[in-house]
Amino acid sequence: MSIKGKAYIAGAYEHPTRLAKEKSVAQLHAESAVGALADAGLTKDDVDGYFCAGDAPGLGPLAMADYMNLKLRHLDSTDVGGCSYIAHVAHAAEAIAMGKCKVALITLAGRPRSEGHSGATPRIRGADAPDTQWEFPTGIATVNAYAMVAARHMYQFGTTSEQLAWVKVAASHHAQHNPHAMLRDVVTVEQVVDSPLIATPLHRLDCCVVSDGGGALVVVAPEIAKSLKRPLVKVIGAGESMKGQMGGAVDLTYSAAVRSGPAAFAEAGVKPGDIKYASIYDSFTITVVVQIEDLGFCEKGQGGKFVADGNLISGSGRLPFNTDGGGLCNNHPANRGGITKVIEAVRQLRGEAHPAVQVKSCDIALAHGTGGLLGSRHGGATLIMERE
Amino acid sequence: MAKERAIPAPMTNPETEAFWDAAKQGKFLIKRCTACGKAHWYPRAVCPHCFSEKTEWVESAGRGTIYSVSVMKRAPEVYAVAYVTLEDGPTMMTNIVECDFDKVAIGDKVVITWRPTKDDGPPYPQFKPA
Repeated sequence: MSIKGKAYIAGAYEHPTRLAKEKSVAQLHAESAVGALADAGLTKDDVDGYFCAGDAPGLGPLAMADYMNLKLRHLDSTDVGGCSYIAHVAHAAEAIAMGKCKVALITLAGRPRSEGHSGATPRIRGADAPDTQWEFPTGIATVNAYAMVAARHMYQFGTTSEQLAWVKVAASHHAQHNPHAMLRDVVTVEQVVDSPLIATPLHRLDCCVVSDGGGALVVVAPEIAKSLKRPLVKVIGAGESMKGQMGGAVDLTYSAAVRSGPAAFAEAGVKPGDIKYASIYDSFTITVVVQIEDLGFCEKGQGGKFVADGNLISGSGRLPFNTDGGGLCNNHPANRGGITKVIEAVRQLRGEAHPAVQVKSCDIALAHGTGGLLGSRHGGATLIMERE
Repeated sequence: MAKERAIPAPMTNPETEAFWDAAKQGKFLIKRCTACGKAHWYPRAVCPHCFSEKTEWVESAGRGTIYSVSVMKRAPEVYAVAYVTLEDGPTMMTNIVECDFDKVAIGDKVVITWRPTKDDGPPYPQFKPA
């Protein structure tokens, strides 16, 4: 049993807003859904499956499904943080393969920028979570959790701040072509390492943006995809996993991608070398380095060297990544970057990325994300798609 | 020494009360499993290694080595979060205090120190250079 070829991504829409003071979260979800259904050439009444995660207001999927007045036969509100929406595409493909639905809608939205959220502020992720009493008092936030991963990577593998900076530099080269990107200025390695330290060893420009916004995807059965006018983007493989502290056997050098990646490649029947474009979750520069290693694009510990010297820049680098500018420059709606990772991969496979960053003959693309905190416990989801 | 961050009170529960009661006496307890013999962190009733429910509290000397550390600069009071690998085996998330934030580093030897917490909460275990 496999999802390979059982479902297609027919609609993808990134909400253009980056600051939505005058809108509600529910409204941003619904506007994103409108955009994705219009992109696919489908209507609300075609939707029979709905997927959302913890950013959706209300109890699981109920409030948003009711707001949009959907008539559903399948619901799923798996929440593994920012990579949930990558997992949702796989779950939608599974549901479609099993005949549980034919048109699955996935939405994400949030307004952390309007609400003044910052990745430097500790926040409780569930007062009754078993780890909270031990860890929240430390002042663990988002940025310092990822920073401990960076510190260990540097200690163990000799990775440098300059190498991490190349991830941001590459993202900025792409963002300059995206009129919606929050940060469109091309930056240099020097600018990144000279920006203020937030949590050592990470600098301000190692961190993603905080943005309001949203996005939506429409995953459909093959016969529906083939009846529509959009280019065919087929789901061919997926994997998901999580990694925690293993009862105190903490190892910050690798991520859940060591399990989700190989599962996705095996299902798709492709290798890292076959990937023409990769969306790699970039909450921080270190996130990209660790995931690239774990997905098999280079050896463990060599990620710093791999990303250096523009190797992630479309047109010149070996692995074009995040051609929308990613979370580092473009958008990180709801502090959850998974859906924009799939959206840009779909643009690339359709040949609809900005011409300056469009990968030539882009037939196979990957989207991978990390959700939660890479430095404590996190989810990982990998998706491989093919242009048919 | 710079002003220290006020520490939120840990939200205790019946599973962990013994730890925080001992903390008030300055005793640092960890959990060890009598079935598989392994210690773990954070403390649980069910062993995360072998799933036995035969776990017991044992006192730790509270000595260890920094596995990773990050100094939070963008905060009203600069502080360091860290993972410390205890001599007993497990690695725990904690803070490094009473140290030079420009010099604190992976591999440093550290020893436990207790800090009061807000709202009359139990003392919280942190580490300082040994």
